Amino acid sequence: MDWIAQIFRRRKFSEDLSEEIRLHIEERAEQLMRDGMSAEEATRAARRAFGNRTLLEERSREVWQWPTLESIWADVRFALRQLRKSSGFTSAAVLTLALAIGANAVVFGVLNALILRPLNVPQAESLFVIQHGSDSYPDYLDLRQRNRSFDDVAVFAIRQSGLDTGKDPSNVWQYETSGNYFDVLRIQPYIGRFFHASDEHGPDSAPYVVLSYAYWHNHFQDDRTVVGSVVRLNKHPFTILGVAPPGFQGTILFFASDIFVPIVNHDQLSGDKILSARESRWMFETVGHLKPGVTPAQAIADLNSVDSYLKKSYPKEEGNEPYTLARPGLHGDYLNGPTRAFLTGLMLLSGLILLAACANLGSLFAARAADRSREVALRLALGSSRNRILRALFTESLLLSLAGGAAGLVASILLLRRLSVWQPFPRFPLHVPVSPDASVYLVALVLALVSGVLFGIVPVHQILRANPYEIVKAGSTGAFGRRTTVRDVLLVVQIAICAVLVTSSMVAVRGLLRSMHSNFGFDPRNAMLADTDLATAGYTGERVPAMQRRMIDALEAIPGVDSVGSVNWPPLEPPGGWQGMVYTDTTTDLSPSNAAADPYLYNVTPGYFRASGTSLLAGRAFTWQDDTNAPRVAVVNREFASKILGSVPDAVGRYFKLHDGSRVRVVGLVEDGKYLNLTEGQKPAMFLPLLQSPASWTWLVVRSKRDLTRDPQQLAAAMRSVLRGIDPAMVLAIRPWSTELGGILFPSRMATVSLGVLGLMGGMLSITGIFGMAAYSVSKRFKELGIRVALGAQRKEVLQAALGRAFKLLAIGSGVGLVLGLLGTKVLAFIVYQATPRDPLVLAGVVLAMTALGLLATWIPARRALSVNPLVMLRED
Amino acid sequence: MPVVNKAMTEANSRDLFPGALEMMILESLRRVPAHGYALVQHIQQRSNNLLQVEEGSLYPALQRLLKAKLVKAEWQLSSTNRRVRTYQITVRGLRRPEQQISSFERMFEGISLVLNPGKAITS
Repeated sequence: MDWIAQIFRRRKFSEDLSEEIRLHIEERAEQLMRDGMSAEEATRAARRAFGNRTLLEERSREVWQWPTLESIWADVRFALRQLRKSSGFTSAAVLTLALAIGANAVVFGVLNALILRPLNVPQAESLFVIQHGSDSYPDYLDLRQRNRSFDDVAVFAIRQSGLDTGKDPSNVWQYETSGNYFDVLRIQPYIGRFFHASDEHGPDSAPYVVLSYAYWHNHFQDDRTVVGSVVRLNKHPFTILGVAPPGFQGTILFFASDIFVPIVNHDQLSGDKILSARESRWMFETVGHLKPGVTPAQAIADLNSVDSYLKKSYPKEEGNEPYTLARPGLHGDYLNGPTRAFLTGLMLLSGLILLAACANLGSLFAARAADRSREVALRLALGSSRNRILRALFTESLLLSLAGGAAGLVASILLLRRLSVWQPFPRFPLHVPVSPDASVYLVALVLALVSGVLFGIVPVHQILRANPYEIVKAGSTGAFGRRTTVRDVLLVVQIAICAVLVTSSMVAVRGLLRSMHSNFGFDPRNAMLADTDLATAGYTGERVPAMQRRMIDALEAIPGVDSVGSVNWPPLEPPGGWQGMVYTDTTTDLSPSNAAADPYLYNVTPGYFRASGTSLLAGRAFTWQDDTNAPRVAVVNREFASKILGSVPDAVGRYFKLHDGSRVRVVGLVEDGKYLNLTEGQKPAMFLPLLQSPASWTWLVVRSKRDLTRDPQQLAAAMRSVLRGIDPAMVLAIRPWSTELGGILFPSRMATVSLGVLGLMGGMLSITGIFGMAAYSVSKRFKELGIRVALGAQRKEVLQAALGRAFKLLAIGSGVGLVLGLLGTKVLAFIVYQATPRDPLVLAGVVLAMTALGLLATWIPARRALSVNPLVMLRED
Repeated sequence: MPVVNKAMTEANSRDLFPGALEMMILESLRRVPAHGYALVQHIQQRSNNLLQVEEGSLYPALQRLLKAKLVKAEWQLSSTNRRVRTYQITVRGLRRPEQQISSFERMFEGISLVLNPGKAITS
């Protein structure tokens, strides 16, 4: 190949050329000497006649180069040499960028995985979640049959079951799905087959189970022969049909189910009788593909005609919520909204961090360019073009930003991988599937390039208006660095950003601290929770309450136990809670629109109030005599009393009605509490005796007389052995209640941690920014300071001259940032409970933090300014 | 002043019409092979010293011609016993100038007409 030969011959060409030019000048000089010039004169004249030898040689060589590629390579090598010369600057810049770009990549990785990336199913763009409050199974059947907008509609509920493969029964999380589920999602099995709509023939007709790939991999060791074998689910025989493909985990991104079973077998598995009950709304999510050509708006109109049909046909059972559509992945709008808002906010903040980093590096770069002004001027004077110098500068900034971007990307990939395998709640198969993909890499690259250009562009102006003659004559202080307005603005912006971050992280931390010590309406300290699902252990009917009573009695006998109670679902336990519509005593038409309220509903045993630490304000707690033979009774909270009964002091003794029409007498009044999440407003709640409304899945609450904070495991072990003594086959999860509450604090914790990290980074950036500016201004004005000292300036005056500007900028930036931060925390209050910007401690904290940052950053430059020795200074020049 | 600087750089970088120097080199080499110094002498003499070409600017042009394989170069000893790199026109180079000259002449004619609207071209 021609060009390969060229590469090898190039060196020869270059040598030939130099030799040729040397001989040319020599020949010309000899000629001139023959014409009578002196040797020295002749050589000079010959050179002058030849022109700029270096430039011409370079231009001749360029003929042979791939012009762009090779000169870029030359620039890169030059830039590397320059950067190596100032390794401190280089490492500071790379570290800053790595942090800033890394933070952006992490936040974008999460945003991308949870919101931007389409769901990992075929044709995800036409897949929608159909939202309708909560639906019953008959509602779903009607929807499926009557809608005209969807190809088909699938539904699923989530439950826990005991899976027995012959050895070691264990709890599994199952999706109970409509038979058409896999077909609606257009998924093919990894091995075996899926169940289909054609497998369903009425209740309990499809005892089939499909394993998730992960469960098959972990519990069956990729054994292909399991297909066709029979396992026991809650003691009932089910046949394994097949295995779902790897990576498939349904339409909810953060929930990884272990197995899939047909929903028609729900009653068999749970022991409930709710499959055909229209008033039991327990469907978790309804999904379907829109038919081609149908818009979401048309689909919603169609769905709401189904809704009005349902409302007309079943006025007593149907709720008021209209149909809406949402993107799948985050359980519709329920999590999509807050997650999207929070991640967008974080993305914005980390974008600001990057911008601050660019501002920071930009001013460093400008300072560097100013310091190198003499070199630049010299190069300009020697015939280098301004383009060439700018290109060299941009090469430097891009090299830095690419190195920083690469380092940041590596760090963010590691972090995202860790996040992906992290399970924040031990009891739930919840995780954050945020493994990075190509778009994360692309974003990091683009961010690196953009920031490289951004901070590279800062000194461009300086270089373009540089006048080599002036600079070479006057020295570097003459032309550059007198007017630093752009850099001042950059610094103020950067400090403001930092102050925003510091403010919001402080508000978040304070809110978190307060919410951890707020009144939940119960006392999680010194209490243990044991999650017992008796249906999983094979108990049904009359045996359930008897067994529940036996467990409570046995646990109460443990020494050191104060009290024991049961509740069907503890308050503040994710993912939700039970609610039941109630009516005033005078209401006769019990349709949903006439309901007085939809309070939280807890089915509890007599000991619950004492065990949970819920204080009884009036009346009595339940007794074991409040059973199915006794009149129906309830304990309500204050909010319930004032909202539904109309009076708090006289609440006890009044009546209200449940949805099934039964009259309930209020026998007790308890304090208000938090039920679903910490940010909710005050909600009504009612407690019914477990014996009057039985449930097979209950949580035992065990209160200890001793302080459990140090050693909860001792009590846990005692509880375990007592319960195992009653039934060895029981699946048990025993944890301190305060640990269990970690789940509800998870969003605020995440918010606090991420804001804290960003705040810290913002703080670091403004330290380096202020430091850079202060150090630079001191070093530039060293001579001036020396003269001031020589003329009798006091220490205070010197400091004012040297650092006054830095402090002024710091004050402006902090002020702006504080105001913006306080405005921003109004948004924060939705995520972090009790986050309020009107907190004197936060205000003082921000001011203190910013002052501390300023002092820290100006400490060294101040020392340097004070050390000015006018004698030494003036002697130097 | 920066403006002056800029103007100077521009003047240096643009030797003549683009391609004019190459054409003159080829035209000279067509008669006899020569080395760089001789070529400069030749061009200046032939133009009655009207064309004051910066001597060095010959070399980038020569490299362009070498690359296009219109000339080839060889180290030789000159008649004055001096080591010189002699350029010789190739067959390809021989064919080239005719079309270029004619297009150049047309351009030159156009320019002359614009500059001296009264005069007719005598050639």
